[in-house]
Order: sequence, then C-alpha cells, then structure tokens
Amino acid sequence: MSWWMWIIAALVVIAVVAYAVRWVGQKATGNTPFFRDMPFGVAYGYVAGVLLLYWIVTTYIGAKLSDDPIVLNKYFFFVVVIEGLIVFAAAAWVFRFLGRLVGTVGTRKLFRSMPLTASFGILTILIYAFAAIFAGWLAPYGQEAILQGVAANIVPGGNPAMGGNPDYPLGTDQLGRDMLSRLIYGAQNTVGIAFATTCLAFFIGGTLGFLAATLGGWLDQLLSRAVDVLMAIPSLIFALLLMTIASVWAPQLGIPLTVFMVIIIAVIDSTRVYRLARAVGLNIVVMDYIEAAKLRGEGLSYLIFKEILPNAYAPLLAEFGLRFCFVFLTIASLSFLGVGIQPPLADWGTMVRDLSQFINFAAFAPSVASAPLLAAGAIALLTVAVNFVVDWMLQKSSGLKE
Amino acid sequence: MGAIAKIILQRLGLGLLTLLIVSIVIFTAVNMLPGDFAQLILGQGATPEAIASIREDLGLDRSPIVRYFEWLGGAVRGDLGSSFAQANFASFAGADTGSGLSSVAGQIAPRFANTMFLAGVTACIAVPLAVGLGILAALYRNSIFDRIANIFTLSSISSPEFFLAYILILFLAVLNPILPSLSNIYDGMAFSERLEKTLLPALTLTLVVTAHMMRMTRAAIINLLASPYIEMARLKGLSPMRVIVKHALPNALAPIINVIALNLAFLVTGVVVVEVVFVYPGIGQLFVDSVKIRDIPVVQACCLIFAAVYILLNLTADILSIISNPRLRHPK
Amino acid sequence: MTDKLVTIRDIKIEGRSDETWNPIINGIDLELERGEVLGLIGESGAGKSTLGLAAMGFCRDGVRISGGSVEFDGIDLLTASASQKRELLGKQIAYVAQSAAASFNPAHKLMDQHTEAPTQHGVSGRADSIADGIELYEKLRLPNPDQIGFRYPHQVSGGQLQRAMTAMAMSCRPDLIIFDEPTTALDVTTQIEVLASIREIVEEYNTAAIYITHDLAVVAQMADRIKVLLKGDEVETADTRTMLSAPTQDYTKSLWAVRSFARPVKAAVSADATPIVSVKGVDAAYGTTKVLHDISFDIHEGRTVAVVGESGSGKSTAARCITGLLPPTKGVIEFDGQALPLDYRKRDKDQLRQAQMIYQMADTALNPRKTIGEIIGRPVQFYGGLTGSKKRARVEELLNEIELEPKQYIDRLPSELSGGQKQRIGIARALAAEPKFIICDEVTSALDQLVAEGILRLLARLQDELGLSYMFITHDLATVKAIADEVVVMKDGVVVEQGEKNEMFQPPHHPYTDLLLSSVPEMDPDWLTNLLKERGVDNIGDAAVGKM
Repeated sequence: MSWWMWIIAALVVIAVVAYAVRWVGQKATGNTPFFRDMPFGVAYGYVAGVLLLYWIVTTYIGAKLSDDPIVLNKYFFFVVVIEGLIVFAAAAWVFRFLGRLVGTVGTRKLFRSMPLTASFGILTILIYAFAAIFAGWLAPYGQEAILQGVAANIVPGGNPAMGGNPDYPLGTDQLGRDMLSRLIYGAQNTVGIAFATTCLAFFIGGTLGFLAATLGGWLDQLLSRAVDVLMAIPSLIFALLLMTIASVWAPQLGIPLTVFMVIIIAVIDSTRVYRLARAVGLNIVVMDYIEAAKLRGEGLSYLIFKEILPNAYAPLLAEFGLRFCFVFLTIASLSFLGVGIQPPLADWGTMVRDLSQFINFAAFAPSVASAPLLAAGAIALLTVAVNFVVDWMLQKSSGLKE
Repeated sequence: MGAIAKIILQRLGLGLLTLLIVSIVIFTAVNMLPGDFAQLILGQGATPEAIASIREDLGLDRSPIVRYFEWLGGAVRGDLGSSFAQANFASFAGADTGSGLSSVAGQIAPRFANTMFLAGVTACIAVPLAVGLGILAALYRNSIFDRIANIFTLSSISSPEFFLAYILILFLAVLNPILPSLSNIYDGMAFSERLEKTLLPALTLTLVVTAHMMRMTRAAIINLLASPYIEMARLKGLSPMRVIVKHALPNALAPIINVIALNLAFLVTGVVVVEVVFVYPGIGQLFVDSVKIRDIPVVQACCLIFAAVYILLNLTADILSIISNPRLRHPK
Repeated sequence: MTDKLVTIRDIKIEGRSDETWNPIINGIDLELERGEVLGLIGESGAGKSTLGLAAMGFCRDGVRISGGSVEFDGIDLLTASASQKRELLGKQIAYVAQSAAASFNPAHKLMDQHTEAPTQHGVSGRADSIADGIELYEKLRLPNPDQIGFRYPHQVSGGQLQRAMTAMAMSCRPDLIIFDEPTTALDVTTQIEVLASIREIVEEYNTAAIYITHDLAVVAQMADRIKVLLKGDEVETADTRTMLSAPTQDYTKSLWAVRSFARPVKAAVSADATPIVSVKGVDAAYGTTKVLHDISFDIHEGRTVAVVGESGSGKSTAARCITGLLPPTKGVIEFDGQALPLDYRKRDKDQLRQAQMIYQMADTALNPRKTIGEIIGRPVQFYGGLTGSKKRARVEELLNEIELEPKQYIDRLPSELSGGQKQRIGIARALAAEPKFIICDEVTSALDQLVAEGILRLLARLQDELGLSYMFITHDLATVKAIADEVVVMKDGVVVEQGEKNEMFQPPHHPYTDLLLSSVPEMDPDWLTNLLKERGVDNIGDAAVGKM
C-alpha cells in the first residue's frame, strides 16, 4: 500500500517544479504580466497538466512500439481510448468543417460558432439515428434469429484459440444468437423505446404544465402538489416498485411488460417535464404581450399555441435532450438490473449484464473483455453526445440574454 | 429568531406530510396488485389451508385502511412486517415468525448500515473534491482547465453507473490489481479491510456525484461572482483571497449546501446499480433482488426507506439554506 | 509631468459579443484636476460607465482596454501590477455604484463593510475607522448615525444605502470617487437628499469626482465641468455654465431642446360633458393588502390625464383596475357613461376594443417570435375581421401612421428594432383596435430622452388627429409638463390632488405635490443650492448642519 505515498511525493515535486518554473519565467521574460500576476495555483496547474500530457504521450508511444503481449494487453484499452478520442475529434472537426461549407446561410453560421464537442454530439446522434432506422439492413442476422448449426455461448473477440469464431466477432449468446446483430438492433430498441417514452412524458408533462401556468388557480395547486409528492420518491426506486407490480399484471392482461415500462417511466418523468413547462410557461405568462392578448379577449387555445408555445421551444428542446438522456439511462439501468426491456428484444442494458463476466479476461484477452464495454459504451456515447449538444444549446441561449 | 423558527417548523411539517402521502402512495400502489398476496407467495399449487393460514398471518382479511395504519404504525416502531421470501433469505433474517416468514426489518437493518457506510465513504471523498474543483473551475472559468473539466463532468454525468463501474474495474482491478472488484463485506470485518473493499463502489459513485456537484457548485459561484457586491469588493482593492473568503463564501454557503444535500439525495438512487455491479450487500441490492422475486413487503419497505432518506436530505438542504440566508436570519 | 490627478489619453475599449470584439469607446481623452468634479453624460450605450471604470484601470468581464493610456497620480494604471493597482483602489480611488442594494454584501453589516478598506489598506485601525464611519454617517445626514452602521443592508432603505455607500467610498479619504448613476434608481424626493449630501461631502474634503449620469439636470447641480458622450465618442467638453448656456454641437443642443417640448393648453371641459372614462370611488387590494383607497377621476374625450406618483403610489394599479385585470373591491368604472363589468373576462369584445394599453417595456410587450406584421395584424383581424390583402393594407397604413416605412419593417422581428421603434409598434398595435381610450403606462421612462420626445410628439399628433383620450401614467414631472391636460397626483394609494395642469403647476399646492414639484431637478446649476437654502431650516436634517 505505498501507491498513495508516491502520489503525495509526486504532488510535492510538482509544487517545487511549479515554483521554479514561475520564478524562472519571471526572470527570463523581464517580469511580463503573464508570469508576474500568475498565482501559484495556476503555475501548479500548468506543471501538473504538462506532466500528465507527458505521461500519456510516452505511455502511448511505449505501448505502440512494444511487442511484448503482456504490455500490449495491459495497454490495449489505453491505446483504444487515446486513438478513439483522436478519431472522434478528427471526425467532429471534419463534420464541422463540411457544415461550414455547405448548407444554408443559417446553418453555416450555426456551424461557425459551434464548439468541437457539439459537432461531435450532432455527428454521433446522426450515426445512431442511422443505425436505429436501418438496423435491419446493417445487422448480419436477425435479432431473434437462433442460428442453426452455430454453437451457443461463443466467446466474443473472434479468436478461435479463446473459444471465439471470426464469423461472430462478438460471439453468440446462450441461445446461439449473434451478439453483433443484437448490438445493432439494440440501437433500434433501446433508443427507440427511450425516444417514445420521452415523447410520451413530454406530451403529458408539457400539456399539464402549460395548462397549470396559463390557468393558475386550483388546477395549478392540485397538479403542483401532486407532482411534489411524486418527485419526493427517487425515480429509479419508484420505477422499480411499479415495475414489480406491473410484472404481476402483465401476464394476466397479456400486455408486454415493456409497454408497462414505457408508461411507468413516462409518467414518472412527466413530473420533471411538468415542473419545467410550468416554470417556462409562468415566465412567459407574466409578459406584457400575454396581458395584451388577454385584454384583447383571446381564447385559451390561441394563448397557449400562438403566444406561449413559440417562445417555449428553445428551453423545451434543451430539456427534451436532457430528459431523453435521463429516460435512456433509467431504461438501461432497469434492463441491466433485469427488469427493463424484456427478451427476445435485443437491448444494450441486458447485454451488459449478460456479458459482464468477460471483463475479467482483460489482462490476457482484451478483445474478449471489450464486449460488455462495447454495449455499455454504446449507451454512454449517445448520452454524452446528447449532453454535449444540449450544453452548447443552453450556453448559446444564456449567452443571448446578456 | 421567531420568524425563522416558524419557517423551519413549517418546512418540517411539510416534509412530514409529504412522507405521509408518499407512504400512502406506496401502499396503494402495492395494493393494486391483482389477486392476493397469499396466492402470490405460495404460487398456484398451494393448498387452500396454507393460503388461509398466510392470509390470516398477514391480516389480509381486513380492510386496506386498517392494514395501512397497521403497516404505518409498525413502520414507525421499526417493525416492517414479514418477508415473503423464506429459505433464501433465512441466513440474513433475524427472528422467524410463526409461518416461516422472516422479518423485513431484520433483513434490512444490517444492509442499511452497509449502504450508509458506502454513502458515507463516497461523501467523504466527493464533497471536498467537488466543492474544491467547482470553485476552481468558477475562478478560472473558460480556461483550459475549466473546459477540460466541463467535458469530463458532462461525460461522467451522461454515462450509466454500470459503465463507469466496469471501466474502474477494468483499470483498477483487472489490468492493475490495486483494488478488489467484489465487495463481499461481512460483519466483524476490520475497518481498513472494509474500507478497501468499499473503495471501488465508492469511487464509482464519486465519479457521478462529483461531476454533478462540481457543475452545480461552479454555476452557483459564477452566478455569485457576477453580483455587484463582488465587483465592489474588488474595487475596494481587496486581495483576491479576501474577496473569495470574506465576500463570496458567506453568500455561497447556501447554494453549496443545497448542492451537497441534493447530490447526497441523488446518491440514494445511484447506490442501487452500483451495489448490484459490485455485489455489495447493501439495501439497494436487497431491493433489486426483492423486486425480481416479487417479495412485496421488502420492496415496499425499501421504497419507504429510500423515499424517507431522500425527503430528509432535501429537507435538510432547504432548512440549512434558510438558516444561512442573512435576510431571514436578521429580519427587519 | 503635470499635477493633473487623472490623465486618460486616446483610450479605446472593446467588448466581447458574438465571438468578436466590438468597440465601446473609440479613443477619448479625459483630464481631471485635483478637487474637480467632472460630469459624464450620455444616453444608454454611450459607454459612460465603461469609461468611468477605465479611469480606475478596471474592466468588467468581457471588456478590454485595447489602446491608449490611463494615468492616475503619475502611475500608469494599464501597466501597473495587480497588487500595485489594489493598493490604489479603495484607498485613493473609490467607487459608488448605481444600485446600493446590490452592491452591499448582504452577509455583512454596513459598518463591517465600511471599515474594510481602511483596515485592509492600513489607513487606520478598526476602532478609529468605526468612529470615523459614524462621523461620516452623521455628515451625510443618515438617521441614527450611531446605530445604522450596525445593521444589515436589507434592513436599510435605498436612499440611506446610497448615502452609506458614499460614506464607504469616503472611508479612506480618497483623491477620486467615481459616482456611477448613484441616484438613478431612486425616487425624485429621495434623490434630492442624496444629491445634496454627496455634493456637500465632496466639497468638504475637496475630493475629485467623476459623476456619471444620463440626467442633464442632475449633472448640472453636481459637476464643475461636463463631458458629453455619444456611442463611444466624445461630443464636447465644457465648463458647466458654458455648456448649459452655449452648447456648440448639434447633438448637445438637441439634448437641451428636449426639455422645451410642450403642448398648447386646451380649453377646460364643460361641466356637463360625459367623460370617456370615469373612475368612481375605487378600492383595490392584492390579496389582503389594500393598495387603492377610494380613487376617483374622470378622463374626457381628446384629453390627456397624467397620473403622477412615486413607486408604490398605486398609479399602475389604478390602470389595472380600469382594464379589469385587477377587479376593484369597491367602486365603479364607467365608459362613456356606461358601467363596465369589473372583470375583463366579463367584458364583451367591443368594450375590450375601446380601451387599449401601451406598456413601459416594449421588450416584454411584443411577442419576440412574431413579425411586426403579425403583431399589428392580429387586432386588425380579431376586431375588424380583415384578412389577406385588406389586413396587410391596414397594417401598412398603421405603420405609416407611426412613421415607420411599412415595406422595411412589416416582416421584421421585434429583436431587430431599436427601443423607440418597438415602442412605436406597441402604439400601432393599440391603434389597430381603433380605440377611443389608451392607457400609456410609463411609455417613455425606459427610453433615452431624444427618443422619448419623439414618442411624446407622436402620441400628441395621434391624439389631435384621432381624438384619442390618454391616461398617462408616469413618475416624471417633465413628461407631465410636456403632454398632460390634467394631472392626478397619487401617493400611497390615495389621490392627493387633481386638476388642470396649469392650476397644478401654480401654487398653492398640497404639501406632497409641492415636495414632488420642487424635487424635480432643473437645468439651472444653482437650483440645488437655492432649493437647499429654501428648505434648509425646516426640511433637511438641520441637526447635522447645526453641529458642523
């Protein structure tokens, strides 16, 4: 247990180096404001950052140049992460560059002010949407197809020595279904179901929220108090409770459990949407132009659809992104826990759980171990992408207010 | 102090009321189950005598309102009823009741303590780290540090807990065997060993919670630093340190406390998935197991406990931020 | 080099927006002698606050000094180190902000904030600076100078806070104080007290000051010299009296001329004419708080009734009662001799059409997602039933009416218009309903003086052409003088006095009207001095003066 002593020693060394760097910088540059007004903490940050970068670069090069299988296996994931980041960044940059060249004046302007993270996000979302829509063409086999003459439980990685099969790069499951196909179909199922759920949540929460904001009075009080109570129960816990009950009802009613899950999560999530829609609505309702419309004698539907909604699109769209991520993660978590999307539908959360034991192969067969991480990563990548885009949108809209 | 005491009492009352209504919601939800509990426990092949015996044991022959108050009264006294599960949880259970049902409280108590330990370790790492980093990011906003931190926190917020857990297992347990990947904790374990086994789940939760907390702290501080009185303090020629400590911090306290409490409440939910990944014997895992085998009394009790902790933490945030508000503390 | 206290040479300042740096100040020179007070005036966006802060070597976030030099007492502030600058700030240069309520830290007592600069800069110890603080509070005529410092900011009123902030700026006896619109947020009657105490203390300690404001009359009282700014450029600089009597530049002259706008006096209405709107014995309340007490006044055809009062006087509430947004708890609203339903939801379309409203903030009064054509077209369609090309023709006619080129504006969004143009759209929307009566709620108070005058002239012309009646809510007596036929003075939800404008501006007055009228700053540089002499003995805290 001496690794933490190394960490402390390293921190002290960095401090000394940082002090020296600042001092040298001051002397060498004739006390320019950059070094003169630099707090010690900032110097420390710079040195630590440079050291970290140095470590990353040397480790990466070392791993690339080595041909020792132990080293290769050990740094396999490290190399994948670094190269993945570079590839993603490059793809995002190219995408943004293309976006600046083609399209209308409006979109080109949009791309010009876009940070790399946001363009990465948009690109990723587009790829997912593509995969989800064309899953049937992309996947080599059907998601429920139990392949004849193919062994069940083929290990992922496609390495025959480890029990894999190159025809099934991600292996097969206990029934002999191709995992790669199931991963691709997962985009359709997991993303599609999450999208549908979010839409339902927005329909319920948005309608009620705007009604409450516009009408006020007892309806607002009643809905808001009800939402307060529902929000006092942590959402995942509440979802698990309701799923337990639904799992008893589902076979009796002959309705798939997945439908129950969509409704349950949509209702739970609609409370959050309600809060936002109501808050946004209230902000707009106090505007003088709403008062002017009321005094003109306009009806409720004109007020909501013509005056309030057009001004609520921007915050609602950002919230839609965030809610989608939340719903998506909740569904993935439920599936991971075994009570979410039900077989035979292919789904990423379930796949992670089913494949999780392969992670222990990492030290000697990294390609085998990457299978569960691929499914989990597929979930993470999409939510990260959506969050990047939403973050950019929020920053843009808050910047406009200034 | 009269006014502030009144507000706090109001909030406490409101919190209690919310908890009461939540308990009704949970009880009603469970009572929406088709058929009856006894059938559910014993399955289709049960003899009518056995079902009748269980029905009596559970008091199912009485009205739901009576049963609700009995359940609630029991819950207040710490008696959460009997678990449906028989043999498989017997080793965890305390005293067995007449018909072979084990007490829910006996199952939950040790696991609840374990979960609290996990949450405590997480909080000890996450809170200082997140608040510190959040303040730094706010002070050096739009710097390289801030931008990288933004990307990292966004990514870690967006990732599912199990993804982060497996990444940590991959790098810290499998590739570099520093920490154990399974958290098989039992009673009578030495503290240091217990801590070591808890560290990986705690780190996973830390990643998620720190990211949230750091972003919220950053936003709160930036909001604060934009206020005219901070500009005034700078224009008085005070040192940056003094501006932060004397002028920003007293006002930042309320929002930061709020952020911490909100995230500890968030921890309550996050704990479920992480406990399952690391096979950590906490209340979250018990909850998920009970959900799978439809052990309704345990599910109901766990749900109530989670909700109570959640409400309590939100209430604490509310009250602490009232107390730290000078306008309320020093009324006109 | 010289004994000038501040020398700014060719300073250029830029602000960041939309990812680029845009100029705010394009090369201005500024010099200040020791003990001299320089007034900086200009409309919003002229860059006066930015320039004021730059004189301290300070830039807000997203603003940078891109050229020129700032020298204070022989020290170049732009190349000085951060710690060197900190040494000056608070000790030799102090700042008084526009909003005292926001600029005092809510977590500390006034005195703790007051003593901070002297103790931190090592000027004096805590006990000494507390004693000094009490003395300054006394000189600034704060009530209870011994105790007021030991309160928290939210426990002290706005006018008092502004004086406490001036005291705080004085705590190290600086050579220079920057006053950034210190009285803009205050009511006129409070403003006088703050102006008087600022001027007195600056004179007493012979402190140099830069006084930033948009109000000409205020700057005339405070400054020795005036510098006029327009969109980041200097227009002219001159001694106060010269500047007031003989401005050389057209822009300055036009600023001065605004004050001269006045309408011809109309004949009094005959006693038996039916008023367009008649408010009779109205009480109103928000929840259980009563805000209006037995309000009565009439508005006759073709006339403008100005409702005047300070914030919280209930003048906007009266308007809400007339429109029916806040149904009165007692009393009657009559329109053309007919009692209106009290709640607007119970009024029919024609009743709603007859009374229109123009709002203070044109930004919130126009739906940002609708084009000008849609905004004005809606009432045309809603009330007049016009659609298609007829509707468009009517909208174009209305745009011509408000002096905006229809082709150019009809398809724009409100965000593409200036403040004055937006306000005109608000007027056009009201006109589109072809009303008899329009409520103008502080329609000019968010606008710069020149633009405001344009709006007033437009309203006056429309009244003459269309025979409209206006209820004109305002806190600004200059506007009242310019446009009103009759005046209603309100205070604390009660009508204090009402009558024809000419009678109202002639003594004898109700004491409150008198206070209100005499508190409006005039362009005469001796006005404040004379007023204080007049009031001196009986009104402003004579105790403090006596001790001196």
